[in-house]
Amino acid sequence: MKRVITVSVINQSGVLNRVTGLLMKRQFNIESITVGHTELSNISKMTFVVNISDEVKLEQLIKQLSKQIDVLKVNDITDKSIVLRELALVKVVSPANLRLEINAIVEPFRPQIIDTSKNVVTYQVTGHPDKIDAFIELVRPYGIKELTRTGVTASVRETQPVDTPQLSILK
Amino acid sequence: MTANTSTNVKIDALPSTEDENFKPKNGSDLLIKALKDQNVDTVFGYPGGAVLNVYDAMYKNPIRHILTRHEQGAIHAAEGYARVLNKPGVVIATSGPGATNLVTGITDAMIDSIPLVIFTGQVATSVIGSDAFQEADIIGITTPITKHNYQVHDVRDIPRIVKEAFHIANTGRKGPVLIDFPKNISAEIFDETELNDAPIYLPGYQPNTKPNYLQIQKAIQAISESKKPLVLAGAGVLFADARKELTEFVEKYKLPVINTLLGLGSIHGNHELFFGMAGMHGAVVANDAIQNADLLINIGARFDDRLTGDTKRFAPNATIIHIDIDPAEIGKIIPTDIPIVADAKEALQAILSKEIPAPDTTVWLDYLYQKQNDFPYWYEEDEQEILPQQIIQMVHAITNGDAIVSTDVGQHQMWAAQYYKLNNDHGWITSGGLGTMGFGFPAAIGAQFAKPDKKVVAIVGDAGFQMTNQELAVLKEFNLPVKVVIINNAALGMVRQWQELFYEGRYSQSLMPVQPDFVKLADAFGIKGYRITSLDEAGAILEEALNSDEPAVIDARVKQLENVYPMVASGKALHEMVGVKKP
Ligand SMILES: Cc1ncc(C[n+]2csc(CCOP(=O)(O)OP(=O)(O)O)c2C)c(N)n1
Repeated sequence: MKRVITVSVINQSGVLNRVTGLLMKRQFNIESITVGHTELSNISKMTFVVNISDEVKLEQLIKQLSKQIDVLKVNDITDKSIVLRELALVKVVSPANLRLEINAIVEPFRPQIIDTSKNVVTYQVTGHPDKIDAFIELVRPYGIKELTRTGVTASVRETQPVDTPQLSILK
Repeated sequence: MTANTSTNVKIDALPSTEDENFKPKNGSDLLIKALKDQNVDTVFGYPGGAVLNVYDAMYKNPIRHILTRHEQGAIHAAEGYARVLNKPGVVIATSGPGATNLVTGITDAMIDSIPLVIFTGQVATSVIGSDAFQEADIIGITTPITKHNYQVHDVRDIPRIVKEAFHIANTGRKGPVLIDFPKNISAEIFDETELNDAPIYLPGYQPNTKPNYLQIQKAIQAISESKKPLVLAGAGVLFADARKELTEFVEKYKLPVINTLLGLGSIHGNHELFFGMAGMHGAVVANDAIQNADLLINIGARFDDRLTGDTKRFAPNATIIHIDIDPAEIGKIIPTDIPIVADAKEALQAILSKEIPAPDTTVWLDYLYQKQNDFPYWYEEDEQEILPQQIIQMVHAITNGDAIVSTDVGQHQMWAAQYYKLNNDHGWITSGGLGTMGFGFPAAIGAQFAKPDKKVVAIVGDAGFQMTNQELAVLKEFNLPVKVVIINNAALGMVRQWQELFYEGRYSQSLMPVQPDFVKLADAFGIKGYRITSLDEAGAILEEALNSDEPAVIDARVKQLENVYPMVASGKALHEMVGVKKP
């Protein structure tokens, strides 16, 4: 199962290494990872998407992360009401004769064109990772010259449905 | 045989007292001062270029420093010291090779939760990352094998970092903390008014020691209702200094108790409720008790695979109570019914504070006594050769079970665990989780520095001893009365045993026909060596060597092909032991 885990850490050199090293040592499969500053000056937040086989392993992951001295908080937010966002920069082969067609079919994804050249258009598309996947599949037949994805970042909605299912250990 | 359980040798290695006019000026002075502020009186280490300033500082402001002959010796000695005193051992090494020589010991301490604070020199901050002379990325190397590590970037942080390091090493689940100390910072002159000596503030590190009331309630009820309860006591009991509470608890409710390898000493080895060590080479009765118990109360053990055997068939009938200071250990290996995240002592005190109907364990205990009686540890005496077990029995008898025993890794380690019935806590030093050959002898040195008045016996294999025997120089230098008993089977015994049992006796690289003359080796270091070649002379020689006030090396030539039994082969369940009875 795919889980979205957020980790608040104190900004110390080496903390990223400690956290990712730990995941590797315990054989967790990281699908994506993003890190950035938060509203607090010395605190960063990491967002992991990991593939995990069962609940026991998930519980281990959360506990092992929580154990680290510079880790302040670990949350599995998968089952909460959340906003997941990712950004992708996609260079699509787009010769003049196809450009209008391509622009038209990607329209519903509301991408931004951030660069163009004679044969290539670079789209910036943001949204749920599923949307990005769909966008990529859509343009793939035209030829993708280069693809860069940021990885997922997430935010928990302020208002949660009353009964958000949660792992027992997080209750 | 007479019992002489203490020595009257004084180890006079404490330096003269501090010069009152001494004032810390640079980073290294600050470091030594910070150590003294933590009441550190002994450090184990080895100098080099990157720590010259530190060694200069300790020359001016003396602290007892034990110069081992290899950094691995220093860190294992610090581990032995930490085990005996239950407080952090301190190690100093230089950058690069000095630091990397510590890696085995750091890993050993991490997996066995031994509190250490380790200082490594580092190249100057201006050249870190440039592959400078003797630069090693020790932070990167030790991140997975330390509880925490620091690199000092600002001289003013030294008091805070040292204080935090000791706190982290010695609280919660204990472990090694490393401080990497760049050379320029070790020389930097600081301004007293700018020091960062703030109280410890670690918002991400708040280990819980107090048990949850409801869980204690549940545990008590389960104990009351059980018919076949069993206490499994691990090293967590020793780290929490909870031997007294454990003993009171099992006596109050007449509960049988067994140990993990690392938990030995948490109850008197001859206590009537003690049924020995469980696990791969544990007592038949201890493993049988696990498989038949209806309630297993694990206090401070982590269900290591050498204990559990096949986890799916471990304690199949038991409700599991698991008391552990580390929440991550609970449910990691064995599904737990009643988890209690707490310090073992506080949990035991909480349980003891309640009055509950005692379970009736008479039938269960009778069953276990019968088992114990039917399946004792056994060996077949040999007319020609000495058996290793006999040597350990004699060591036990002569020292009355009251020595501090440090072991290396292999067959002799298992025999020591089986036959040396400890009557003291913090008297058992062994490398459990990592199984580090070369550990036993230097760890004994650390133990002797920790307890100069106690008899310290290192029980080692002939192969493992050769990994760190250079530390004999330390015995001589400090006239440290450590007794090294070499169980010499001229083989990598444990490897040979597995080859005999699982590889049709193909002894690939496990026999060691060429060895030093250990008596002469001892002599070369100025230490008295003894050789035992027959059972007739063994008692007298051991008595003389063990009762002397001098260091001693005893080369006991034992039967090469003896195996450790009983045994749970890997992958098997605890009730599938082989070699349970004398054929
Ligand atoms: C550093 C290290 N290398 C290898 C091993 C694997 N190993 C485990 S026991 C053993 C044999 C130890 O032989 P010895 O020290 O003579 O003790 P014995 O088993 O004969 O009592 C070996 C090689 C180990 N545990 N540690």
